[in-house]
Amino acid sequence: MEYSLNALNQWIVCAEHQFKTQLAELNALDAAIGDGDHGSNLARGFAKVVEKLQAEKPATPAALLKLVGMTLISSVGGASGPLYGTFFLEAAKVAGDQLQLDDAGLALCLQAGLAGIQRLGKAEPGDKTMVDALSPAVSALNHQAGLEMAAQKAREGRDATIPMIAHKGRASYLGERAIGHADPGATSASLLFDCLAKL
Amino acid sequence: MKQLVNAPDQVVTEALQGMALAYPDLIRVHENPHYIVRADAPKNGKVALVSGGGSGHEPMHGGFVGLGMLDAACPGAVFTSPTPDQIQEASAAVHAGKGILHIVKNYTGDVLNFQMAAELLQSDGIEVRTVIMDDDVAVKDSLYTAGRRGVGATVLAEKICGGAAEAGASLDEVAALCSSVNASARSMGLALGPCTNPETGQASFTLGENEIEFGIGIHGEPGRQRIPLQSADTLTEMLMIPILEDLPFKKGDEILLFVNGLGATPLLEQYIVYRAAETVAKKHGLKVSRRLVGAYMTSLDMAGISITLLRLDETMRQYWDAPVRSPALRWGL
Repeated sequence: MEYSLNALNQWIVCAEHQFKTQLAELNALDAAIGDGDHGSNLARGFAKVVEKLQAEKPATPAALLKLVGMTLISSVGGASGPLYGTFFLEAAKVAGDQLQLDDAGLALCLQAGLAGIQRLGKAEPGDKTMVDALSPAVSALNHQAGLEMAAQKAREGRDATIPMIAHKGRASYLGERAIGHADPGATSASLLFDCLAKL
Repeated sequence: MKQLVNAPDQVVTEALQGMALAYPDLIRVHENPHYIVRADAPKNGKVALVSGGGSGHEPMHGGFVGLGMLDAACPGAVFTSPTPDQIQEASAAVHAGKGILHIVKNYTGDVLNFQMAAELLQSDGIEVRTVIMDDDVAVKDSLYTAGRRGVGATVLAEKICGGAAEAGASLDEVAALCSSVNASARSMGLALGPCTNPETGQASFTLGENEIEFGIGIHGEPGRQRIPLQSADTLTEMLMIPILEDLPFKKGDEILLFVNGLGATPLLEQYIVYRAAETVAKKHGLKVSRRLVGAYMTSLDMAGISITLLRLDETMRQYWDAPVRSPALRWGL
């Protein structure tokens, strides 16, 4: 499959819609183990992203991904702003000047994005973070398993965070009390892959 | 929950506009992005002190902008760290050529955003040092957590370092002093009830009728455990013991004792806690030589208190006593 500028744009528009409609659920997940605003923060950031995409109409996938990354960094705040922002910025670097990405190209971009998140947040799989959803999903893309399987892996990764103790972020203050709740970051990451799978 | 709010997404903006109107002689407020600077910034010949964090902790940090304390403060959305571009702009606006100290509370979001901002400033040739505050003994510091949270000691560090910067100390000296305040201070808090975020309208947690959260964080994150409510004296002693043991404080140490209201606890109760805290400190042979009681680092409308002990040395005491003129703290002028 080929991913044109238009397809990537659809991906982000879908994400904006998901975060807006799932805002309360993401906030509730965050309230259980953090401070309850993950949904509000992402909804605010992606609304700004969509507004900018319409105004600036980037010309290449790299330009689009960079605009998404920069806008998230400057409008989300918290830990998820820099982390998701870096995800898109690192992906943009790998996209280079290609006018569309193929499956392997998209996998390389998202792999670089994941590496950026791990470098900044210093999280490993098993720490109860967005990495637990992103890592298996990106791995599935690297093995050419397709977007539907990647989204499935992201959902499984999200569910796998439920019995975990958190090692990063505010949730780490809860110790064993974090057990029994899905990580909000893993949940939002899984929503991103759900949108990719709809392309 | 009833709140005096117009529009949930305008809470921070409108509060800042009100603050600008209330203190025109002390501060200036910038919008898009939001930051607060002292009215006479940039102040030639001095190191610039910049701090920030989520809104909802007022007067932290904007209330501490002014002579003898912060040069700029960056308020994020409620309980959400400011963004790198916001921190960069605020820092650049107060930079006077002597470098910038970022005082950052140890929360993942604050640390990441200030780190990105420092990199942006350094790439513009501006010298930046960062001190991460992590004084909360309620949280285990291990390889497997984000580390201790920064709480009450941040207020003390901003005052003491602000005094040093105003007196002409270098960036290295101010940064070293800030690290030293952090290393010499310990805090712990408790909550009698949750806070309500005006942006989401949600309470941060629920407690039973007779239950308190012991070792609370300033965003409602829990610390050690939930326990039954007890007398002020008993609870104060329960907060003091882990603080005293953690540093540890020795007989004869000179300390600053800071009892902080978390937002909804009246001064009447804060003084009762202060009375108990000073009694415990004296029982341990400590010399209480400086005091602060009041709501200086709040969690919106959370009922509760935190206690911070700082072991004072000569330099810290001197800069604690130095004049300060900010919306929330004023003396010596």
